[in-house]
Amino acid sequence: MPILAGRNARVLVQGITGREASGFVQSSLDLGTRIVAGVTPGKAGWQIHGVPVFNTVADAQQNEPCDATVIAVPALQACRAATEALQAGLKLLVILTERVPRRDAAIILEHAREHGAVVIGPNSLGIVSPAVIRIGLVGGSAEALKRAYKKGPVGIMSRSGGMLTEIANLLTQEGIGQSTCVSVGGDPIEGTTFADLLPHYESDEETRVVVIFCEPGGHMEEELADRLSQRKSRIPIVAFMAGRFMDRMQGVRFGHAAAIVNGNHGSPARKIERLRAAGVSMAEKISAIPELVRRVLAEKN
Amino acid sequence: MTVLECEAKALLRQQGIPVPLGIVVSSVADVAHIADSLGERVVAKAQVPSGKRLQAGGVRFARDGEEANAVAGELLGQKILGVDVRHVLIEEWVSTTAELFLGFTYDDYGRTPVMLASQSGGTDVEASRQMIKECFSPQHGPSDGLATALAAQLGVPEKLERSLAALIQRIARCFLQWDALLLEINPLILTKESNWLVGDVHLEIDDDAMSRHPELQPQLALSKSVTNRHSDFEKKAAEIDSADHRGVAGRLIPFDGDLGLLIGGGGASLTIMDAIFDAGLKPANYCEIGGNPSVWKVKELTKLILSQPKVKSLAVIMNVVNNTRADLIARGVIQGVVECGRKPEEAIRVFRVPGSWEEESVEILRHYGVNYLGREVALDQVVAEIPCQS
Repeated sequence: MPILAGRNARVLVQGITGREASGFVQSSLDLGTRIVAGVTPGKAGWQIHGVPVFNTVADAQQNEPCDATVIAVPALQACRAATEALQAGLKLLVILTERVPRRDAAIILEHAREHGAVVIGPNSLGIVSPAVIRIGLVGGSAEALKRAYKKGPVGIMSRSGGMLTEIANLLTQEGIGQSTCVSVGGDPIEGTTFADLLPHYESDEETRVVVIFCEPGGHMEEELADRLSQRKSRIPIVAFMAGRFMDRMQGVRFGHAAAIVNGNHGSPARKIERLRAAGVSMAEKISAIPELVRRVLAEKN
Repeated sequence: MTVLECEAKALLRQQGIPVPLGIVVSSVADVAHIADSLGERVVAKAQVPSGKRLQAGGVRFARDGEEANAVAGELLGQKILGVDVRHVLIEEWVSTTAELFLGFTYDDYGRTPVMLASQSGGTDVEASRQMIKECFSPQHGPSDGLATALAAQLGVPEKLERSLAALIQRIARCFLQWDALLLEINPLILTKESNWLVGDVHLEIDDDAMSRHPELQPQLALSKSVTNRHSDFEKKAAEIDSADHRGVAGRLIPFDGDLGLLIGGGGASLTIMDAIFDAGLKPANYCEIGGNPSVWKVKELTKLILSQPKVKSLAVIMNVVNNTRADLIARGVIQGVVECGRKPEEAIRVFRVPGSWEEESVEILRHYGVNYLGREVALDQVVAEIPCQS
């Protein structure tokens, strides 16, 4: 069982006539994902790779009811697009848009709480459950995705979309498959954090271990450590922390918007310490992940 | 971007929020005259974008015009916290009966805007234990009830609570309306005449929202000139990045080593950088490429990195790419190397960009005899393969 969205989920794409969206719509269809409608204001009646385009989310919902939406609109329109989707009753939003202003991200999440919806992103590359469904553009073309990902027992959560595919590929190379892989996004405010996603993996029978890719800045790692300390999870976690070198260069902005370290706040060394204390297996090198995963899986048996 | 105190105060004043009388100077010519017009006793404040200005000697007091002239002269041309002081704010001296702290920012944990307040403002307020913290709506700002309740907790005379609550709401509105990431008033002064006055302000505006604030642009000229302190190398990289909207090839940060890096994306760059340092290699730069940059962009970036005097060779490393075309990266790098008059097989120590259009990329690189590694080699192992320079 994949988490967040199953094989038959009907997917909407907002911003479908854009350059980015029309590319991933084709490859998602190739992968068997049911993209049933798209929205671009003023472009009703168009078709993108055979997918009908509507002016509004409400129109799309009336004609082709959807379970999830992928938002791929310009940065300053993301808030309006997400609000529209929530008001039309969508319960899973995957926001690919980068550089969404902080206030807009906070407004989207305020609306999402009111509507009881799950938001992945902003600045996410999407979700992939190998051989089941791909929502967003993570993994690239159908052929490229099938090379890097394969079905199996490992969940992956990553603050970097690129590293999500890199880690999946690393595991696939070693013959270890994945259940559901989520690019949660690298911004300071994200709709869904590691701690938010963990319960989804816990209730998924297929997932036996979760790998997380961590970055400097933000609170996602600390929040997960807090949660694990309060309540032990049935899912063992293997983590890799990128950007250790930043502890030597405070105040400089690297990587994602959240990857800024000031004092002890968001420091990689501190995050490693907190995660380790919470029982997470830390991979010293990225190449050490498959071996750690194998060991954790063996211990469980 | 970080907004200088003088410009932040001008913006606040426009919104009806009281700030001390003051004038910005860039030379001492009129300082004595200005000080006299402000009531003799004045404060001279270096306009640098940093918090610890008082401790660093950037704030000076003067009892008369002559002294004001002297301290302003000392501040101008001095470096405070690594920044040349080009502007000094000469402000009236205010006698206070209370100093509060009031801050607005985002709480990454709660994923909401938050206001922070304390009875005692001043330089060590971060350590203060009596910090009150209240979340509020990013759409509507703090409600009347929330602002009133906060004002009541700050230990001011009861008759002033209402004016304080109103001020809190007005400042919160500025915070939201300007797309600020931080708006901190410290101290918020209560004068002897029972008026509220913004003593000092830290304002940071979300770069990602700047384009929807043309109204703020003309009022941020000094802040832009001070905060834009990038090296020529960084500026050129930013120019290349903005000249072509396809993909990202910016955020070049110079380092002191001899190995030029073309690495990406964001998370992978951090991972690769750690591996580079772990292996004892000396990077010449940090960078992030991704989002499918054009051949031109990659070529120009390659040329820029290779043109650094210390750089002897390049490493091109990316994660298994999602939507970047590996062959375009290969073409761009090869063209850049060739245009610099270098041989690809010598200048490129390692090339590892697996993913979309990988086969085409391998073909190009093989033609030029470049050391290519594929997806079967993990990022840290790729770095370990880079032969150490003799």
